[in-house]
Amino acid sequence: MRTSRREFLQSAGALAVCFALPACSRHAVSITGGQAVLGNRLLLHASGAIELLLGKVEFGQGVGTAMAQIAAEELDVNVDRMQLVPVDTDRSPDEFYTFSSISIQQSGPPTRRAAAAARQFLLQRAAARLDVAADTLNVRDGDIYSAGKRTKLSYWQLIGDENIDIDIDDDQAVKAVDDYSIVGESCPRIDIPGKVFGAASYLQDLRLPGMLHARVVRPPAERAQLTSIDASAVEQLPGVVTVVRDGDFLAVVAERESQARDAARALRDSIAWKLAGDMPDERALYDWLKTADTRVEPVASKTPDSTQRKTTATVAANYQRPYQAHASMSPSAAIAQFDGRQMTVWSHGQGMYPLRTGIAHVLNLDIEDVRCLHHEAAGCYGHNGADDAACDAAAIAMRLPGKPIRLQWERADEMAWEPYGSAMHIEVEADVDEAGDVAAWRYDIWSCPHSSRPRDPEAAGNMIYARQKQDPLPLPPAQSIPQPNGGADRNGVPLYAFETMEVTKHLVTDVPIRVSALRGLGAYANVFAIESFMDELALRAGADPMDYRLRQLDDERAIALLERLAKTTNWYQRQTGRGGEGWGLGFARFKNRSSYVGVVMRVAVDPGTGAIRLKQADAICDAGLVINPDGVKAQIEGGIIQSASWTLKEQVRFSRESKQSLDWASYPILRFDEIPDIDVALMQRDDQPPLGVGESAQGPTAAAIANAVYAATGQRLRRLPLVPRPA
Amino acid sequence: MALKFRLNGKEVSIDVDPQTPLLEVLRNDIALNGPKFGCGLAQCGACAVLLDGVSVRSCVMPVQSIAGKDITTLEGLGSATNPHPLQAAFIAEQALQCGYCASGVITTAAAFLEQNPTPRDDEIKQALSAHLCRCGAQPRMVRAVARAARQLAGEDS
Repeated sequence: MRTSRREFLQSAGALAVCFALPACSRHAVSITGGQAVLGNRLLLHASGAIELLLGKVEFGQGVGTAMAQIAAEELDVNVDRMQLVPVDTDRSPDEFYTFSSISIQQSGPPTRRAAAAARQFLLQRAAARLDVAADTLNVRDGDIYSAGKRTKLSYWQLIGDENIDIDIDDDQAVKAVDDYSIVGESCPRIDIPGKVFGAASYLQDLRLPGMLHARVVRPPAERAQLTSIDASAVEQLPGVVTVVRDGDFLAVVAERESQARDAARALRDSIAWKLAGDMPDERALYDWLKTADTRVEPVASKTPDSTQRKTTATVAANYQRPYQAHASMSPSAAIAQFDGRQMTVWSHGQGMYPLRTGIAHVLNLDIEDVRCLHHEAAGCYGHNGADDAACDAAAIAMRLPGKPIRLQWERADEMAWEPYGSAMHIEVEADVDEAGDVAAWRYDIWSCPHSSRPRDPEAAGNMIYARQKQDPLPLPPAQSIPQPNGGADRNGVPLYAFETMEVTKHLVTDVPIRVSALRGLGAYANVFAIESFMDELALRAGADPMDYRLRQLDDERAIALLERLAKTTNWYQRQTGRGGEGWGLGFARFKNRSSYVGVVMRVAVDPGTGAIRLKQADAICDAGLVINPDGVKAQIEGGIIQSASWTLKEQVRFSRESKQSLDWASYPILRFDEIPDIDVALMQRDDQPPLGVGESAQGPTAAAIANAVYAATGQRLRRLPLVPRPA
Repeated sequence: MALKFRLNGKEVSIDVDPQTPLLEVLRNDIALNGPKFGCGLAQCGACAVLLDGVSVRSCVMPVQSIAGKDITTLEGLGSATNPHPLQAAFIAEQALQCGYCASGVITTAAAFLEQNPTPRDDEIKQALSAHLCRCGAQPRMVRAVARAARQLAGEDS
């Protein structure tokens, strides 16, 4: 049976705050006792607990704690009253995907206004009861104080057992930044204690009564066709409940997990596939990118009305990045249960509402009959296999009504079938003036798309099951993300004040290898290319790389950031002789509109082996008003390490016929003994709006490493991952 | 036939196919959340538990091989009311992002600190180098292990 919203939120007394978002019928704050209605942001219970309904999903980036701080700040309550409610399409705000590092920007303001509206309403009620002016009252953790003295009133008493609905204004007053005492503090993450004591914290910890275990069996590559199968022996294996075949989609369901795994192995052995053999030759990957059919799209174009500048030379270089994987620590998983009409799906995907739309479309269900609930899994870093696994599980559950189906992808399923970050080939050319500064900049990007999320019914065919099933959905056309965010061209437009610029994207439209959003999208490779090339140009001009950047920037925040980085690292006092050790600089403002990050990396390169050792990373970040400084630092640290791993090690391997990176041996990542010491500093910018930080460090880190390797060895490495020759 | 072993200090008896991986028994039959499935190949360390005090990969260990032995998981190290110094240190250092790797890292670190109570940072990194973390929380985890070592040695932390 499905619980209605009203029943779901039933409690002994509550104040619910919602907004005119899709799940809400009108612009209202609902303050209710007994039964709460439409509480789609914040629910204050008379018991003293506060439920905060998140619109964005937590995956270890700390968004839940940051939102709790924002709400607690406006309400004047302790953060530990906040109970975070993960996204549930039956009750949560619809904030689409958790992506693009915009959670704080997008979800923060409505959370803030909702909390402020609740406080304002309750204080007005308290003022009436006490017969004083509301502005003489203040609140400490829900207790009402009048002229500095504690009254007998509290939020919880004021809620009582009533049902109250009030309207709020668009311009709901909120606290001034100067009055903040919770926002701006490094509140400990709410989710960490549970995780270190083994509390149920993850989707994987959800165990439903009667739950069955499923595995999918997939071919070695996309576009393969099933030519023969003999499932009869598999069906007789111990514990096997059923073998699912729907077109080329194959799955097994068993009572125990190892039985499902054994059955999947046996089924795999009974199948013959006709392989398409249409993947590019890995050794000629970048030639393939350049010669494939592309859609040419202008990204940016800038020409001065007139110019006095004389250019004296043209400099050019190419940069390349291979396919790289999200490679989450937990292979994708999902639980689905179908009751004959309604489908419930527990998923660790980044967008429960679009997932609901996609699953409803693919399985031909009424969207109102699909409910998707987010449960955290391991960090995901973009569009990995989570949505596909959710759709797989739902498709299997349709065949076994009443049974909760827990689908677990194996490591090899994840590595072979998650949509990778696309390979990219970049050609850059600069006309430089007598001083060596850039007068004209030409920049061309060849890439597959950087998003294939199943974001709407038209894109539902991006899910693996949708294409494998009998009567498959067509593969949606290659999607280009336009500026100012950009996909392949994210951060493809330099932030530098070049007089003339021409940036062009060449989008490969026939995509033989699944690709989608990987942390930063094109920004990682574009910043690597731009910032490597700036280093090359600086050295050609005989300028210090820091000075060379500074003199071509007109963005004041960027300039302040780099000047501070130069100072804190003693950049100008560094040893610049080679000798196997070197410093490198990388800088960008993510999307040219989010947070600024500069990184100085110090490396040592072994002359015998060419092995790069990362010694020290110093980073600085301007993220505007910071909600949780330690949370921002953690994101930058993690971004540096993940980028260092991409930059030094990562490359998806494949033959013409099959994926070859199937585990951690064939897709190695950076290990504990390979990480540098890291120091992250934050610019104080409380006067500026908060900016996301999850994807800002990756590009600068890659360039800082490449530039440091050049400083250490004289080798300019333009292809990722970086592999120096022995001296 | 029932198979007996000690889990987090208590006798348990389980009747499953003796080839079942220990991880599956711990997670699915006993409903522990600490050890995680990450690869099933003994490569990532998410499933690490202590077998008679030694860190092992439970995802590739048939449950029959631990009959009569002593298994410790994250849950056996400590609890919210009585945390192991490593658990307290992981909270103090905010030493995880998604935390999926943390159970394995903490259990391996617990065994390591028994062997080396006063480690240098490079020794901690070496001891944990067979554990993968994809979020990039390694520097904080190294700090947390060092902090726990200091606490175990009786220093103020």
